Amino acid sequence: MKIRSFGYCAKQGVRNIYRNRSFSLASVATMTACIFIFGLFYSIILNVSHMVATVENTVCVVVFFEPDASEEKIEEIGRIISERAEVASVHYTSAEEAWENYKEKYFEKNPELADGFAQDNPLANSASYEIYLNDVSMQNVLVNFLEGLDGIRQVNHSDITAAGLEQFGRMVALISAVIILILFAVAIFLINNTVATGVTVRKEEIGIMKLIGATDAFVKAPFIVEGIIIGVIGAIIPLLVIRYFYNRVVIYITTQFSLLQGVVTFLPVEQVFKTLLPVGIMLGLGVGLIGSLMSLRKHIRV
Amino acid sequence: MITLENVSKTYSTGSPALNNINLKIESGEFVFIVGNSGSGKSTLIKLLLKELEPTSGKIYVNNRYINKLSRKKLPMLRRDIGVVFQDFRLLNDRNVYDNIAFAMKVVEAPQRQIRSKVLAMLSMVGLLDKYRSFPKQMSGGEQQRVALARALVNEPKILLADEPTGNLDPDNAWEIMKLLEEINNKGTTVVVVTHNLEIVKYMKKRVITIQDGNIISDEDMREDVHGGDEDED
Repeated sequence: MKIRSFGYCAKQGVRNIYRNRSFSLASVATMTACIFIFGLFYSIILNVSHMVATVENTVCVVVFFEPDASEEKIEEIGRIISERAEVASVHYTSAEEAWENYKEKYFEKNPELADGFAQDNPLANSASYEIYLNDVSMQNVLVNFLEGLDGIRQVNHSDITAAGLEQFGRMVALISAVIILILFAVAIFLINNTVATGVTVRKEEIGIMKLIGATDAFVKAPFIVEGIIIGVIGAIIPLLVIRYFYNRVVIYITTQFSLLQGVVTFLPVEQVFKTLLPVGIMLGLGVGLIGSLMSLRKHIRV
Repeated sequence: MITLENVSKTYSTGSPALNNINLKIESGEFVFIVGNSGSGKSTLIKLLLKELEPTSGKIYVNNRYINKLSRKKLPMLRRDIGVVFQDFRLLNDRNVYDNIAFAMKVVEAPQRQIRSKVLAMLSMVGLLDKYRSFPKQMSGGEQQRVALARALVNEPKILLADEPTGNLDPDNAWEIMKLLEEINNKGTTVVVVTHNLEIVKYMKKRVITIQDGNIISDEDMREDVHGGDEDED
């Protein structure tokens, strides 16, 4: 097909949409639902991944030593822990540092209350190692190892593990994949039918075009344009809706569930849309193209 | 220009439409193909347009062997052939100008040529003043003239007319025949399938008669062919 015919074919494609406006509208609506759900789950998955990464950076295992553990023993334990593959870093906190941190945290407004303990550190047995992990899913393995080590009194670890978040993320991804697949199948089916209706309405015209000597591509191009336009419009609408509501939803969640503040952090909308926008539009375009090609393969034989 | 060698066509239902047809039409000829309904005339037209494949035999159109013509090359064959039908087959949602321009857009002609050629065609068929009319607002004769203009705007080498006067009154039928003759005089090979024996008799052209899928006669009635004989008589 010649470049000069693109304008004509695009115009015909738009005309097809207008002629079959009820079918086109149904296809756009389905496509909108598909991309909306896709965008929604994509944003959730992206944020869950972000939270997992954040948790992995902050979650640590803390070990406390037996009261009679010598400094040499503590150093030896530190060396053994550092050599573990799953350990990213180890930070030692002495009993004095622990008490200072505690005071800063709980007696900030009334420092005089802590003065009574000036000569008697209530956290005398609270020297500890904070152990940060490379992979939080290995937390249990490390905890089991630490509990078996000589000289260790107590091992503290977080119950809200990143592994749990990861599992949640995987579940969301799986459910969304199934829903999206079903919806995309429906969208392809509807676009296919919309294009087929267009072909039927223009059957006589197509017949004349073929007899006059139109090429295969020229006859099919308006219908491909039709499918692509439906797909892209069906992608742009939900992306705009998501763009508009994303920040509002984030603000709503963080204000309504204040417990989550500081525990979960959401990605800025710009970062989500850096990938969601091109992926969403390409999906709309792809589904529109597939739907129209399938229909043309079945209904037009030039 | 058109050659059929031992061409037969049997439909999938088993009914034979053409039996071992041999036919040669030279460039610039005006040929009538006559016969009763179901005699195989329309099958012949469809074979020339490669809308149908022959069961056996060879077909050449514009010196091109079309039996094995690929789908990709089919549009090029059809651009050499203009077609006119009994029912005009105009696009009712477009005016006269757009109906004719449509034929040029379909073959992806340059935009700058479209306007001048469409107007020239409208002038030739005498409908320049009706270029904005829609088919439904026109008489049968006028619609057929639009169809003719559309068939000719891409300057095909062959014009196939399938019952072009079938839906027209005698006056309009004559108008169309005069136009076809004019087109033929300009060098286009014209093949007219018709029932209208009165016109055929009056036009004095080559007449091929098909009956039950067989060519039963092929007569040249042109005056310049028979003129000498008549003088001798």
